Amino acid sequence: MLLIRCPWCGPRDETEFRCGGEAHVARPPDPQALDDAAWAEYVFIRSNPKGWFRERWVHAAGCRRWFNAERHTVTHEIRRTYSKE
Amino acid sequence: MTAFRLPDGGRIDRSQKLRFHFDGRPLEGYQGDTLASALLANDVFLVGRSFKYHRPRGVMSAGAEETNALVAVGEGGRLDTNSRATMVELYDGLVAQSLNRWPSLGFDVSAINGWLAPFLVAGFYYKTFMWPRRLWQSLYEPAIRRDLLVVGGGRSGLREALAAARTGARVVLCDEQSESPATTSTELSALPNAVVLARTTVFGYYDDNFLCAVESDARRQRRLWHFRAKRVVLATGAHERPLVFGGNDRPGVMLASAVDTYLRRYAVAPGKRVVVFTNNDGGHQRAKTFRELGIEVAAVIDSREGPVITRTLGGRRVEAVEVGGARIACDLVAMAGGWSPVVHLYSQAQGKLRWDEKKLCFVPDTCRQRVRVVGRANGEFPDHGIEPLWEVNADKAFVDFQSDVVARDVHLAAQEGFASVEHFKRYTTTGMSTDQGKTSNINALAILAGATGRSIAETGTTTFRPPYTPVAYGVLAGRDLGDFLEPIRVTPIHDWHAAHGAVFENVGQWKRPWYYGPQMHAAVQREAKAARTALGVLDASTLGKIDIQGRDAGRFLDRVYTGTFSNLAVGKARYGLMCREDGMIFDDGVTTRLAENHFHMTTTTGGAARVLDWLEEYLQTEWPELEVYCTTVTEQWATVAVAGPKARELMAEIAPGLEDLAFMTYREGRVAGLDARVFRISFTGELSYEINVPGDQGLALWQAVIDAGTKHGIAPYGTETMHLLRAEKGFIIVGQETDGTVTPYDLGLDWAVAKQKDFVGRRSLTRPDTRRADRKQLVGLLPADPREVLPEGAQLTEVDVALPRGHGSRPVPMVGHVTSSYMSPNLGRSFALALVRSGRSRIGTELYVPLEGRAAKVRLAAPVFIK
Amino acid sequence: MRFSAFSLLRNAFTGHEEWPPFWRFPEPKPSYDVIVIGGGGHGLATAYYLAKEHGIRNVAVLERGWLGGGNTGRNTTIVRSNYLWDESAAIYEHALQLFETLSEELNLNVMLSQRGVLNLAHTPGDVREAVRRVHANRLNGIDAEWLDAKQVKDFCPIVNISPDVRYPVLGATLQRRAGVARHDAVAWGYARAADALGVDIIQGCEVTGFDIAGGRVRGVQTSKGTIGAGRVGIVAAGHNSVLAAMAGVRLPLQSHPLQALVSEPVKPVHNCVVMSNAVHVYVSQSDKGELVMGAGIDGYNSYAQRGSFHVIEHQMAACLELFPIFSRLRMMRSWGGIVDVCPDASPIIGALPVQDLYINGGWGTGGFKATPGSGHVFAWTLAKGEAHPLAKPFALERFTTGALIDEHGAAAVAH
Ligand SMILES: Cc1cc2nc3c(=O)[nH]c(=O)nc-3n(C[C@H](O)[C@H](O)[C@H](O)COP(=O)(O)OP(=O)(O)OC[C@H]3O[C@@H](n4cnc5c(N)ncnc54)[C@H](O)[C@@H]3O)c2cc1C
Ligand SMILES: [Zn+2]
Repeated sequence: MLLIRCPWCGPRDETEFRCGGEAHVARPPDPQALDDAAWAEYVFIRSNPKGWFRERWVHAAGCRRWFNAERHTVTHEIRRTYSKE
Repeated sequence: MTAFRLPDGGRIDRSQKLRFHFDGRPLEGYQGDTLASALLANDVFLVGRSFKYHRPRGVMSAGAEETNALVAVGEGGRLDTNSRATMVELYDGLVAQSLNRWPSLGFDVSAINGWLAPFLVAGFYYKTFMWPRRLWQSLYEPAIRRDLLVVGGGRSGLREALAAARTGARVVLCDEQSESPATTSTELSALPNAVVLARTTVFGYYDDNFLCAVESDARRQRRLWHFRAKRVVLATGAHERPLVFGGNDRPGVMLASAVDTYLRRYAVAPGKRVVVFTNNDGGHQRAKTFRELGIEVAAVIDSREGPVITRTLGGRRVEAVEVGGARIACDLVAMAGGWSPVVHLYSQAQGKLRWDEKKLCFVPDTCRQRVRVVGRANGEFPDHGIEPLWEVNADKAFVDFQSDVVARDVHLAAQEGFASVEHFKRYTTTGMSTDQGKTSNINALAILAGATGRSIAETGTTTFRPPYTPVAYGVLAGRDLGDFLEPIRVTPIHDWHAAHGAVFENVGQWKRPWYYGPQMHAAVQREAKAARTALGVLDASTLGKIDIQGRDAGRFLDRVYTGTFSNLAVGKARYGLMCREDGMIFDDGVTTRLAENHFHMTTTTGGAARVLDWLEEYLQTEWPELEVYCTTVTEQWATVAVAGPKARELMAEIAPGLEDLAFMTYREGRVAGLDARVFRISFTGELSYEINVPGDQGLALWQAVIDAGTKHGIAPYGTETMHLLRAEKGFIIVGQETDGTVTPYDLGLDWAVAKQKDFVGRRSLTRPDTRRADRKQLVGLLPADPREVLPEGAQLTEVDVALPRGHGSRPVPMVGHVTSSYMSPNLGRSFALALVRSGRSRIGTELYVPLEGRAAKVRLAAPVFIK
Repeated sequence: MRFSAFSLLRNAFTGHEEWPPFWRFPEPKPSYDVIVIGGGGHGLATAYYLAKEHGIRNVAVLERGWLGGGNTGRNTTIVRSNYLWDESAAIYEHALQLFETLSEELNLNVMLSQRGVLNLAHTPGDVREAVRRVHANRLNGIDAEWLDAKQVKDFCPIVNISPDVRYPVLGATLQRRAGVARHDAVAWGYARAADALGVDIIQGCEVTGFDIAGGRVRGVQTSKGTIGAGRVGIVAAGHNSVLAAMAGVRLPLQSHPLQALVSEPVKPVHNCVVMSNAVHVYVSQSDKGELVMGAGIDGYNSYAQRGSFHVIEHQMAACLELFPIFSRLRMMRSWGGIVDVCPDASPIIGALPVQDLYINGGWGTGGFKATPGSGHVFAWTLAKGEAHPLAKPFALERFTTGALIDEHGAAAVAH
């Protein structure tokens, strides 16, 4: 059970959160302008590194706000959480 | 009689005699005994048999590492299998059985609980696992976050706990024993910021200093603890290792430290004449103690000095040992094979271990978590000049007693290529039984290293995994059982439904009236008829409702719905579809514009939470520039849907002025004297009003509707009838007509998809596969036999075949499946909806639905049966 | 009851006392015709069928740890083929049929026990999906039955079908030919057989990069040096993304922990496999008497082979809901694996955008059952440089075209 520091509520148990996958993947501003491959990349493909990973979390059973975390996918250490890059 | 109770000494209370039964035999012990010490005091040595060779086995240790003495304790619903006799505290009336029914191994669960015996009512779990409740409430909450958690209440654990507690830190100390230096420390118990939990085994060490423990009372009532500690100190001690020689498993062969414990703590002499077998100075020290306590020491066999014990002799009890051809008579063998620090929790915490060449053991090295290991667990004990003696070449030299693995098995495995520790472990099952190799792992590893010509450090060790000792399922499940498995959500009108014979359906966490019983078919026919010919009423309170406000609310809805909402006039409602980015339908519902910047969105019952999360995610992460606020109001409003030709009359009576509301519009007003929002929308295709009142007035509204509707023949209807009614109109249900692979176009809902704007999922609708003409499309089905109600889920074929047997039958191509199917009292016949490949172009043609022994012929029709 | 008596694995497999070594411990040659990365069941099976069916014996399997030590040796061993869509049904059934003769094929008892797998239905929606799958399976030539609650109870007497529980059992699908097999035996059997055909299984050899020139893979860099290759197949389960990234390829895979646990051994009490998507449980009893149970997947990405404890607690509650009789049983050991989860819960098999580089992955939480079939079609694909007909629908391409094979219904907890 990870201990996650919500930028607004402080450290809370993992069970209060939901992980939203890779962070900093913006929705393309004009999807129609993309070819099928580029669109597929946005919809289906996310980085999956072994090591440090910037990912999104939402404090679902708390303030319900989304934020980012930099977490190590082997040690599970969370180096920082942040709300704005 | 060889084992006996010493006349004095020990930390038992001789004034308190306890009676107990073992294998049906009445026996006595004292307060302070464990089952193992009491058995030994009664000279009961044989406590089980090994599963493979069926060899007699006796108590080997005095602690959690016990590998042989597994017993079943208790009776009926309180029976615990595979309990280590060394860890079971004696109490008056205890009943235990040996598990000597091996090789059929262990225990018959079905005999325990007598299948679903009456005591397995819901309350059973609470009584058993949450007792005493008050204590739970007062201790559990405050204790979960602590400055320091100390595991182990020996001298070093106590020292750490005291040092921290004196500074004011909040400290918890757990020890698996009923008694330890920590439990008897008056200083520690006097400190209000320190809690000592006896009989509490910390069994798991997880990320971020999260640890779990099971606390037990003397009678095995248990509860689970969660700890989140700022710092952890592990003072878990060390386990003595057995030596590997012929017949080392014979009852009467014990760990030297255990003999010592039985003598000193329980005043039990497990034998009269002992041979000590050792590879270090520790054995000699033990021998001295034994002598002092009046036990005859026949010999100390020190492998560093000469010949070793090759085998033990005797039957169900050791009678002699063989040393270099000579026999030494004895009734007890004490093995002192060196020590293994208890590093299980440290390893679970992802701590790295290091092989200490001098002490011949793994010791803690480094760990990322905030943990310190102290005392014997950290290898802080003298090396006692220990020299390796990993095995004595002999028959039946056991390495893992419980799995019946002998040294020869280890060699054989190595020879067969199972040289990796993990391979070896799995191949021989070493360390895989209930003791998880506490006393066998190191010996096995060392023998494997020898057999493969590697050092122990090179050979490595296996990872220790939770739990440290086995934990009952019931303890882990705790109170999350029965009605607490998942929250139960009911509407304000629930009790009325229940009182009127409703049979409920689980929809997500909600209980919804499915039909008003007792029998589904008759109920649905009656309800559906009433709704089409007179008046029906549905509790629609479970529908998700989301209040959406803000300057950009309209723009936002344009992006999340396939249709356009920004141009919706105030007071009007519109049906909307939502897709995921992959273009597949995700939810639907009607959204109404209450004011310029204020919308009332409805969602499916099961999808409400999902949709709100999804809206929030887009708002917060993709479009933070939009000023929009989403709030769930599902439970703020109770929703009563009245539908049927008499609905207008009813409304005229209970809500004069609102009956003329135009289709797909909304107005606020008073209904039956209650402030209400009334929507003229319909999921049944009938003239219908959805009346929303504040949740706590839901029942009053419902009652008023029923009262006023009685003269019109009003019938409350459940979800099944609702499904039938909407299907007659060809309205879809997300999750029934869709399955995550269906686009709006597949359902013929093109009209709900705006052509000129972007929305979530739009781009996916023009990929090659979503553009295919032969996608599965929604159609209606009319069975050739109008009485035939097709099974929902049934597949459709072009050929007239019965459902094949399955295995070995030739595949038959399928062209679609039945999504919804009903007998309609309004059509006077059965009908269905289906998704069919190129379905729209097949309308008017026939297909088959293979069933058991035959196929049903169906004609494809437009999916609208009542215009 | 359908249980074999418990005995040491070794004896159970072989009934012999003396065996020559199962496999060699070769050093890598400078180059191979085909290199398979990942010595799990899928990789080993691939190598075996390359050698056996395609005569390609100059093959190496490179395994960073010990063979079979990944998900192959960590899974709950459920084997079945009752998937919904035609494409999946075909490949899983192919695998099940190979499983049925695998012990003879490999001359090692893989302990396939076709004791039947029940998938419970708890809501009318579950029932509808179950019927849909049963009908689809049978039309696809796969055995499947729908049982009502009473029949479920007859088949599995210890399951609680009381209507008074939170999510009552309304019925179940049953595949009688489904069951469990011994995971280690599958890996070891393929390894031994492949080794005997000349395949080099190189353990303790981690792939750290690819030699790519002119858009073509020429070999791999490893902890044991650079090794040349004609073709390379990535079969690394949880590590597929990491390896693909070394070749500059991004995959639609995410690695998550999946946990499992066993109880202390008890007498035979549970004679089939029960799965429930709604309450997230799957339980079987091993030949040793342990109840083997899978937990849910953790929500975050991880390469740590461990998950969070609350997942296990939730699991237990769900288990006791169905099997109150297990209340006082004890959890003896728990562990985790890293599963490569694909958006449509189906595998990815076929060529990657680098020439001569192939992937067989995305099996996620449910690929053990596919091991023989997966290896078989992947060997074909590697040997011919073109997708096996059964593998074709599973090409990476499908994410661009949109032709996904969404098995969430059949796979949900997926084992
Ligand atoms: C807890 C759990 C329960 C499961 N239950 C079931 C079930 O009941 N039924 C079912 O069908 N499936 C189940 N599965 C899924 C199943 O285990 C997997 O789909 C299947 O075993 C995958 O096999 P594999 O050979 O592809 O992977 P693995 O056995 O994981 O093999 C991949 C190998 O690649 C190696 N590797 C990784 N990186 C490198 C590198 N750089 N260089 C060299 N080697 C590398 C790894 O060490 C590993 O040995 C379960 C999985 C888990 C974790
Ligand atoms: Zn928060």
